[in-house]
Amino acid sequence: MSSTTFSASERPGLLSPHWGNWRLACLLAIVVIPLAIMVLPSVPAFWVGFAAAGLVAVTAVVNAWGRHTGGLLVAPAVAVLVMMNIFPLLWSLGLSFFAYRADRQTMNFLGLRNYVRALNDPVVWDRLTTTALFVVLTVTAQMIVGFLLALLFSKQFPLRRYLLILVLTPMMLSFVAVGAFFRYYYDPTFGLVSQVAKWFTDDNFVLVSSTAGAVTAIVIADAWMWSPFVMLLVLAGLVSVPKHLYEAAAIDRVPQWRRFWFITFPYVKGLLMLALLFRTIEAFKLFDVVFILTDGGQRTETIALYVYRQAIQFNKTSESAALSYILLFTVIVLTNLYLYLANRRSAGDAA
Amino acid sequence: MTSLAARFGFRRASTAVDQAGWGRTVFAGIICFIYFFPVLVIIVTAFKEHTDALAVPAKLFPTTFFGLIPERLTFDPTLDNFVNVFSRSYSAGAEAQGTGFARFFFNSIFIAGASVLLALVIGTLAAFGFSRHPLKGNDTYLFIILTTRMLPAIVVIIPVMLLFRVTGLSGTYTGIILLYTAFNLPFTIWMMKSFFDELSPDVEDAARLDGSTDRRVFFKICLPQVVAGLAATAVFGLILTWNEFLFALLLTGVETRTVPVAMSQTIGGDIGVRWGLLAAIETLFLIPVMLVTFFLQNHLLRGVTFGTVKR
Repeated sequence: MSSTTFSASERPGLLSPHWGNWRLACLLAIVVIPLAIMVLPSVPAFWVGFAAAGLVAVTAVVNAWGRHTGGLLVAPAVAVLVMMNIFPLLWSLGLSFFAYRADRQTMNFLGLRNYVRALNDPVVWDRLTTTALFVVLTVTAQMIVGFLLALLFSKQFPLRRYLLILVLTPMMLSFVAVGAFFRYYYDPTFGLVSQVAKWFTDDNFVLVSSTAGAVTAIVIADAWMWSPFVMLLVLAGLVSVPKHLYEAAAIDRVPQWRRFWFITFPYVKGLLMLALLFRTIEAFKLFDVVFILTDGGQRTETIALYVYRQAIQFNKTSESAALSYILLFTVIVLTNLYLYLANRRSAGDAA
Repeated sequence: MTSLAARFGFRRASTAVDQAGWGRTVFAGIICFIYFFPVLVIIVTAFKEHTDALAVPAKLFPTTFFGLIPERLTFDPTLDNFVNVFSRSYSAGAEAQGTGFARFFFNSIFIAGASVLLALVIGTLAAFGFSRHPLKGNDTYLFIILTTRMLPAIVVIIPVMLLFRVTGLSGTYTGIILLYTAFNLPFTIWMMKSFFDELSPDVEDAARLDGSTDRRVFFKICLPQVVAGLAATAVFGLILTWNEFLFALLLTGVETRTVPVAMSQTIGGDIGVRWGLLAAIETLFLIPVMLVTFFLQNHLLRGVTFGTVKR
């Protein structure tokens, strides 16, 4: 029996045994599994349960084959994501409504009090402002540097392959190493930055002693690491523009900036926006670099660092969860806004 | 080229990028050198003795290039640090013992490779499903997938640790590979979907009209066009899982430990950071990723055929 499509008159009833009947399989599982748990010892019961679950899965797949292709293709990815990502998210969301502390194992239902408390806390708002500042600075820097680098590499030239690897390397370093070594560079006594500055000012240069300096230090380290990401995406877009468009533009003597705006940019825009989206989301989570370079000193503590401290040092598990969900909500709103604007523009372009 | 694509009159556009000359090479060379400089210092530090690493002024050059570089800026390169990566004495005067780093390297390679591969396969299929067979509420699903990336790691850690302990996945390869696959999936799906969306459906329709099955259409027509997307996703996924630290710290056992965790342990225990040793570990750790990226970059940069077939 290869096809699972039936005409209306011959549609099988609930009980007819064929491989696409997932309803029957579910029914069987619901009946068999509790029976097995009650009657059989644990190991056979487990295998019976496993077999029943397998049967449900197989019938669902057979049912979907050819008819719900989209669902079938998407299912494995969704399964992994739900198991590893969504389930923990929901769990900690649930935790945020209680007063749970990892060291005390108490659970009192608080409702929204954690959230209210977090939103009224001036410290939280200060951290959010710092984080917003970082996001704007690093993402802008990455976009600009990444785009310029991509322009540099958009043409084929000798040794391009090797130079490209050089530029991609900062992205490949591990955070532990980057953090440690940038601290090495910024160190007042033997750091390289200080030594160069000593040429000019004849004095020990402590970059991270002022807020502006610390912020700059972090932004430089972060942008340095991730601009290659933007560069790669933009480059993939730049390279995909068909040459004949440029040739036609040259024949028509279209000025350079028009060429860029009307030919190059549409191809690059999609990937550029993708880069912007992902780097912004990551920037809101900025933690590693700040932790290693300044540990939040000099008013550089980001919201992620603050959440970490609350959760690990003070064991305020629920409160930090609530705070994270506030952050999540903010990022969701921003992303929605961004996607809405992006879609509206492309719809307008297509018109 | 008698692939299915060619038979249907589907040709790659002339996507060879413009040639530019050596002038550009020089200009790019300078910029790349500046960009790469901090990494270069790390690599150079790997060859230094500990006292040299802390010296002021910085001793950057391994040899006086025939007297061009003043003596005080040079140092004697040594391979001790690299040897120390694999076996060193943990206290003064003690016997050198193996550190098990070879195992950590293998773990990193295996875990990163497996999770990236898995994410590529599952994610590309899912992206194809999202693109070509959109479900009701497609955008919502995609957005939810994106939100899984938005939470700071610290929040997700506790439930995940609990989950792992309950299911017995803690410290196993399966557990951490599944977790990293879940990390890589959102980006893979979004990236591959945007590539699939760009493909013109005309060629696929023509192929189907001629009797090609869906599977052939996918493998022979769609997939070759999005190779750049696959390469980019693979590179990013690899870099992400290769350097991941927090989850590896908490979820790998002694058997499955990855190099970043081991690296943090060498910083922690010693009095003052052993910069030379750290640099040596990082240099060695960098090599596999660089190799993979180097070999994939052709596919990354190969032009795709956006725009050849008129919409």
